[in-house]
Amino acid sequence: MWERTFRRAKLPLAYSQGFHPQPKIQQASPLPLGFLSDYEIVDFFLEQEMDILPLEAALNNSLPSGISVNSIIKINLVEPALQTQTIASEYHILFLEEFDSNKIIESIQDLKSKKTVIRSRRGKSYDLRPLILDLEIIMEDSCYLKMLLKSKDGATGRPEEVLSELNIPVEFTRIIRKKIILAYEVQNNN
Amino acid sequence: MNQEKTLLNQLERILPLVEKPGRYVGGEYNSVVKNWEEVSTKIALVFPDIYDIGLSNLGLQILYENINQRKDCLAERAYSPWQDMEDLLRQNKIPLYSLESKSPLKDFDMIGFTLPYETLYTNTLNLLNLSQIPIRTENRGKELPLIIAGGHATYNPEPMAPFIDAFLIGEGEEILLEVIDAYQKWKKDDLSKNELLLNISSIDGVYVPSFYDPQYNPDGTFLNMKVENKSVPKKVTKRIMGKLPYAPTRFIVPSIGVVHNRIAVEIMRGCTRGCRFCHAGMINRPIRERTVQEIIQTIEIGLENTGFEEVALLSLSSSDYTNVLELVEEISNKFAGKNLTISLPSLRIDSFSVGLMEKLKGSRQGGFTLAPEAASERMRKIINKPISEEMLLTTAFEIFKRGWHTIKLYFMIGHPSETLEDVAEIAALCKKVLAVGLKAIGRRAKVHAGVSTFVPKPHTPFQWVACDQQESIRQKQNLLREELKGPGLKFNWTDPKETVMEAWLSRGDRRLAEVIETAWKNGAKFDAWQDFKNYDIWMHAFSDANLDPDFYVHRERNIDEIFPWDHIYPGVKKTYLKTEYLNSLSLRLRSDCREQCYACGITQTFNHLRKEDPGIVWKCPNLSPRKSKNELSIPN
Repeated sequence: MWERTFRRAKLPLAYSQGFHPQPKIQQASPLPLGFLSDYEIVDFFLEQEMDILPLEAALNNSLPSGISVNSIIKINLVEPALQTQTIASEYHILFLEEFDSNKIIESIQDLKSKKTVIRSRRGKSYDLRPLILDLEIIMEDSCYLKMLLKSKDGATGRPEEVLSELNIPVEFTRIIRKKIILAYEVQNNN
Repeated sequence: MNQEKTLLNQLERILPLVEKPGRYVGGEYNSVVKNWEEVSTKIALVFPDIYDIGLSNLGLQILYENINQRKDCLAERAYSPWQDMEDLLRQNKIPLYSLESKSPLKDFDMIGFTLPYETLYTNTLNLLNLSQIPIRTENRGKELPLIIAGGHATYNPEPMAPFIDAFLIGEGEEILLEVIDAYQKWKKDDLSKNELLLNISSIDGVYVPSFYDPQYNPDGTFLNMKVENKSVPKKVTKRIMGKLPYAPTRFIVPSIGVVHNRIAVEIMRGCTRGCRFCHAGMINRPIRERTVQEIIQTIEIGLENTGFEEVALLSLSSSDYTNVLELVEEISNKFAGKNLTISLPSLRIDSFSVGLMEKLKGSRQGGFTLAPEAASERMRKIINKPISEEMLLTTAFEIFKRGWHTIKLYFMIGHPSETLEDVAEIAALCKKVLAVGLKAIGRRAKVHAGVSTFVPKPHTPFQWVACDQQESIRQKQNLLREELKGPGLKFNWTDPKETVMEAWLSRGDRRLAEVIETAWKNGAKFDAWQDFKNYDIWMHAFSDANLDPDFYVHRERNIDEIFPWDHIYPGVKKTYLKTEYLNSLSLRLRSDCREQCYACGITQTFNHLRKEDPGIVWKCPNLSPRKSKNELSIPN
């Protein structure tokens, strides 16, 4: 999708060397099928420098409906790769069906009290508990679950796994990624 | 509005449960979403197979762009849902909806099905049913959408006649817009549905089956078509475009992986080779070419609009495109260094073609495809595709030498005159090609034989011919399998059950409609998917209808037989087809008709188009007072 968008926008996207040149586009963390997102991060390399405003306009004109660029920042080439900088993802889980908030509060407390939560994914077992950095139910005008899950290579917490532990069927929810948290942001906050 | 909200809510719950939910959501780049309030006529365009297959269909893309260009119309798309989605739609009582605005298909003014081949018929009934629309014309009132169909299979529309309100025969660009105009006028006048059908039946190329009543002889053969209404034409002639109109450039870009991700450009329509088995070659006459400039421009704009990396240049016989060398040279100049893959299929078997492929600088990955069809001299004369063995081997050598490791050879078995010796020659020829490859590049050389089974098609010289029996086909395939074992060789074949399924539909009459309906009711679907698990369902449907499939498939037709599709006229005369059939029996070859006109009838039929626009360039001779040579061939 990105590669075609850049081509439509006639932007000088850089490609890798070799027999099968790949476009130099890197995602912080691929968004799983069926999720919504307010906040995705993509790094891309151009063959030449460009001003941000025309770049943003060109991309927004060529993107399919449903995706738009919020901001573009120029970064130093020596910065570490986006995937290595990615630490965590924050999700909001909205409910599409009626639910029992007390039951959910109980399930959350239960889950948080456990030291380990062994689950199996794609035939491999893993511990979900340390991947849950934060989990709470927010009850304002609308009710939703807020989750902060670790998002690193080999250790990525998935919202559906947490929902499964809470006995909430995924078809009754809408999952929105609200933020991807990068290493330098954590440092800055400390 | 409320209706849409509920549908979206329902979809949000069921989409996580299906395979490739991206098939059902729309939102693709270049899809056109118009405001229903601002548009008077809404047309749903449907390809009756899954999204992955139907999305790149060029015919639908042409009509989609054509209709959406008009301010007073909109076109939206729908495809067959896969079984998992279909189950959920039915369970939740969700009617089939269009991708663009998620509107139920039954809310449209017209639904247009494209029917490129017959094995999509059961899917078509299923789609009507999923849309909560009665499948038979007689059960649909004017409050339901007008159901129309077009595409190659409609040249014999009879098996689908009770289900489709009107068939649009031929090239759809103009005829569909004329039907829309007639529809709009009818809606304003607020007349009955029958009035609408009567109005559109007067448009050239429109066939309204409810005004035609097929009559049969006691032996089951077709007698004639009774036409009560005098204002309805006895014969419906296909529509063609005298000059090819602008080519589509706003191809819909899928957000998910589908079968083809490319720009398709028709470089020409029609064919003059005269291969006797070929339906497309007979019904798409005459040849109309696009200019090189037009093609280049279409590619340029298409790439800008889509970001695709692949371009397919389509025609029935690319080597016959007059300026093919110029085209290929201009393309490789203009698009050099842009990482573009250009495919130019359907090339003639000669070294010139190899040169062309090289110039396109494509990857040698997929293999080089050639279609000799027959391997013995005798069979070549029967089908009228004379390609010498010497030429094939020379060309194969060139291909291997210039970097390709794999050659794909397409053959056809199953003509009733064919003997096991003829079939054995196919295997021998493949091995000769492999030997050439081994000499050229050693053990890297591979030959893949794709052997399809011949199905006699209507409106071809072989429409009189019987389809080979299943046991005979299996015997031939077993022989090939034995002979084509070994390193470097691969053999692809079609199960004979699949072949007969296509065969009984392609030369069926209106009585077959009952069989199609029963088969669908009993679960037949996705017949084109070569799973042939539907075969038994179809056999039961035939016996329920008291019809014998062998009558349609394996019966050799009498030379004077009237056919259930004779009232649909592709511009090629039945006498010409008969002559060609008799020529096949006496092993007589006919050259490409550019070299010598055989008066097939196409120029007479469309004389008015050439008169209107003398600038039209076809590959037919100019009409002169003296009749062109026409040799009749009578077997002894």
